[in-house]
Formats: sequence, C-alpha cells, structure tokens
Amino acid sequence: MTPEATQQLLDFAYIAATVLFILAIKWLSSPVSARRGVLAGEIAAALAVGATLCNPELVAYKWVIITLIIGAAVGIPLGMVHMTAVPQRTALSHAFGALSAALVGIAEYYVGVPNVTRFGMAEIGLEVIIGSLTFTGSLIAAGKLQEILPQRPIVYRGQNFVSLSVLSAAVLLAIALVVNPANTVLFPIMVAVALVFGVLLVTPIGGADMPTVISLLNSYAGFSAALLGFVLNSKVLVVAGALDGSSGFILSVIMCKAMNRSFTNVMFGAFGQVQAGAGAAAEERTVRSASPEEAAGILAAASSVVVVPGYGMAVAQAQHKVRELYDALTRKGVDVKFGIHPVAGRMPGHMNVLLAEADIPYERLVEMEEINSDMPQTDVALIIGANDVTNPAARTDASSPIYGMPILDVDKARTVMVIKRSMSPGFAGIDNPLYYMDKTLMLFGDAKNFVGSIVRELAGGHS
Amino acid sequence: MPADFLSNLYVFILAGFVGFELIKRVSPLLHTPLMSLTNALDAIVVVAAIIIAGRQETPLATVLGAIAVAASFSNMVGGFLITDRMLRMFKAGKPKQP
Repeated sequence: MTPEATQQLLDFAYIAATVLFILAIKWLSSPVSARRGVLAGEIAAALAVGATLCNPELVAYKWVIITLIIGAAVGIPLGMVHMTAVPQRTALSHAFGALSAALVGIAEYYVGVPNVTRFGMAEIGLEVIIGSLTFTGSLIAAGKLQEILPQRPIVYRGQNFVSLSVLSAAVLLAIALVVNPANTVLFPIMVAVALVFGVLLVTPIGGADMPTVISLLNSYAGFSAALLGFVLNSKVLVVAGALDGSSGFILSVIMCKAMNRSFTNVMFGAFGQVQAGAGAAAEERTVRSASPEEAAGILAAASSVVVVPGYGMAVAQAQHKVRELYDALTRKGVDVKFGIHPVAGRMPGHMNVLLAEADIPYERLVEMEEINSDMPQTDVALIIGANDVTNPAARTDASSPIYGMPILDVDKARTVMVIKRSMSPGFAGIDNPLYYMDKTLMLFGDAKNFVGSIVRELAGGHS
Repeated sequence: MPADFLSNLYVFILAGFVGFELIKRVSPLLHTPLMSLTNALDAIVVVAAIIIAGRQETPLATVLGAIAVAASFSNMVGGFLITDRMLRMFKAGKPKQP
C-alpha cells in the first residue's frame, strides 16, 4: 500500500470515530440507551488508537507500548473507585487530560522551533496556557474533594489582583512569543506562570462550589484538546474537544443557575466563608423533635413521601438504609419519590449515582422543578443530610446570602421531617428557618442509625 | 491566515453546536456519567501523544509524548470503565420483595 493510501485509510478511521463520538453522547441522553453510548465510545477509541498505531510516521514502538500499559495500569484502578469518590476521580481525570494536551503542545513547540510560525505560536501558546492552568487547577480541586486540602476557601487581601496579574503575565509572555516564536527562554516561563495561575484560580474556591468548578475545569480540559486539534490540524481532536468543552460549559451554567450565582461570583466570590453576624442574630427559638417510633408512625400513615437527600446522607453512608426505608414504605403502599437538587452531590448528577448504586429505581429520582409542583400534595417531606437547598429563606429573605437560589419547596409539604446531627448550620454557615416551623419535626441523630431505627419500627409495626 | 485554521474553525463551530444540542437533552439523572464519558472521549488526545512519542524526533519530545500517552490513556480506560459501572446501576422497576 502506498503511504498516501494508508493515510487515507487512517483518515477514514478517524471520521468513523468522530461519528461514533457524536452517537455516544446522543445515546447517553436516556438511561435506556446509555450503555450503548459507552460501547460506541469504546469502539471509536479503539478505532482511533488502532489506526494511529498503524501510522507510518511511527518509527519506534517501545515507549508507546510501555506507556500504554502504564496508562491502563493507572486507569483501571481509577475506574474502580467507590461512587462517593467519583468527583475527585473526575477532577483528577481533568488534570490528566489537560496535562497530556499541554505536554503534546509543548513537544510540538520544541520540535517545530525555530520554524514555528507566528500564527502557529499563537495557537500553541493559548493551548498550552489553558492546558497547564487546567492541570494544576484540577489537581487542587481533586485535593479539596479528597479532603487532603482544606475545603474552606483560602483567601487573603488583594487575592484577585494577584491572580489576575499572574494570568496577565502568562498572556503577555505568550504575546512576546508570538512576536518572536524562536525565544526558547520565554516558553518555559510562560508554562510555569500558567501552572501557578491554575493553583491561584482554584485555591480560593470553597467546597460548596465544587460542582461548578469541576464542570468549568471539564470545559477547559475539552477546549484545550480542541485547541490542540487546531495546532496539529486533527479534526477528530477538534470534534472531541468541542463536545467535551461544550458539555462542561453547559453543566457549569446549570450549576451556576442552581446556586443563583454568576461565573464571576463563583471564581472570585470565595463563597462559603463564615457569615459573621448571620447566625448571631438568631434568638432562642423552639424546635420540635421526634423519636424514630413517632417518625415511623407518621411515615406509615402517609400516602406520599418525598425524600430529599443531601451530601450528608452520603457522608453517613446511609444510602442503603434509605433504600430499605424506600422498600418498607413502598410495601405499605406509600408513594415514595426522591427530590434531587442539581447541586445535591459534589458534582453534577452525583446524588443520582449514589442512589442508583443503592438500587433505587431511577424513575423515582425526580428533578427539582418537577418535584416542586408535587410538593403541596405531599404528606411528608423527609430531609436527610441536606440543608441549604431546603432553606425557604432563599425565597423569602432578601438579606440571606442564598436569596434567589432555587430550592426544593419542602416547606409546602404537610409535614416536614429533618434528620440532622445537631442544630449547627450547613456548609455555607446559614441558619435555616425551616427547622423552626410548626410543621417541622427534627429527628436528631446520625442519618444511617436514625433511618435504620425507622425501618425497624416499620417492620415491627407491620404484623 | 492558514487555510487549515479556517477548516478547523468550521469543524469546531459545527461540533460545538451539535454538542450543545445533544448535551442539552441529556437527563440531569445522567450528568455524572456524561462528564466521565466526555472525559473518556476527550482522551483521544492519546492519538496525538502516540505520534509524538513514536516519531522519536528529539529525546525531549519523546519523553513529553510518552508521559502524555500514559496520562491520556489512563483517562480513556478509566473513563469508559467508570461510566459503564455507573450506568449499570441505573435500573428501572420495582423494589425488592422480602
């Protein structure tokens, strides 16, 4: 076969892979066809990697084979992590993706120099800056999610000024390189400055904003791959990067809306600092509490129950007890649904995965807007480990830091039950007036134990 | 402006629109698998890394390419694996009877 014919064959393999990529995402839209989407993606990846290995430009296979094996050896354990660890795994994979895109861009520069054109330099510069900052930014995000690094935003005076200066420095270095692409001294400095900026970008962002940050880093990782496609003139990379980039972008918009925040506010607002004075104003107010026995009685007498899980439920490892509760109530003829806030987990859709893992059928997992229209006809809203996303102050109190955030309207249900360790405020340090309402019963205790006790009571009263 | 740039820009813009339309339709139920799947697809960077590592132009490029192969291939393998594990958990139907 002539080299031209081989090249054409490879191009067709890449085109087929591109089509399969698009089908993969199309099929992912519904749980019924989603696994077919994964299969399409796998075939596409195998086609593209296989075709690349046949590329006549390859002269030595030793390092390629060794590193593919290393990659698989790292990838398999990362694909087997526990479902609660999926957010940090995802952040880590954004870091790996951005790292490889940046490294290929850097290699391309050094191979090309001194014959890099100004236009090519602009592409490489932008690609390497985005790839590098996404790499370190994602590592910091993964560290925060794994709780190696502090969850609270780390802030200091003049922070935004410092961060923006560092970013400007990286951009200025890139411009200097476009003016003189052969300046091999400036290039590594630009990479280093971009790496530092990634750290500065994510360090001040608090744990509560991680769903947005992780989506935004997803988008950056995608766009850096697309830019690499421009650098290498590879359409399959441009398409894959554009799909990944737009996916991350859409998810970050959804997350921002779910928290009623703007991008600027997430990036520079340092949300989640202790709200001085907000809690201090609260006078002595009474709450009503109930025992597992009483809670079980109310739940068994209800005809419809909406469970609102928050990340606290996952921290307490209570998903499986919640499933038992779901089974016990369903057997008694109670209609049980789950109201899922978009930011209920630590990344978009995380709570659905945690509940699906506990064998709760997915048609029982209902989005916020849909469940809110059912709320006034609901007998009991049972809140497990969620706080701010149920806070009615978001609708009523214009002075509240979360005012305007869309919430689950649990206060419209006939009875509200809240499983909570103590009266301490949540992630954002904001008091929740829901707990002081007449129809609210506080169930104090560990989520797993408390739900377990309710299940036992329901079983005992079954006869 | 190079002709390649313009054709890539066409592809980028069209793919961006296709992505937007498709992803808008993905149920919020599956947003986590969506992110891990697009991550695995994005790991197609591995094809560029393989060429850099296998062309052996300079030792530096080979080393950078080799690290990039390992990083992106681990995303590819791990990304598909975890996406499929998650999707297998999404089941329709009745609760278990005792």
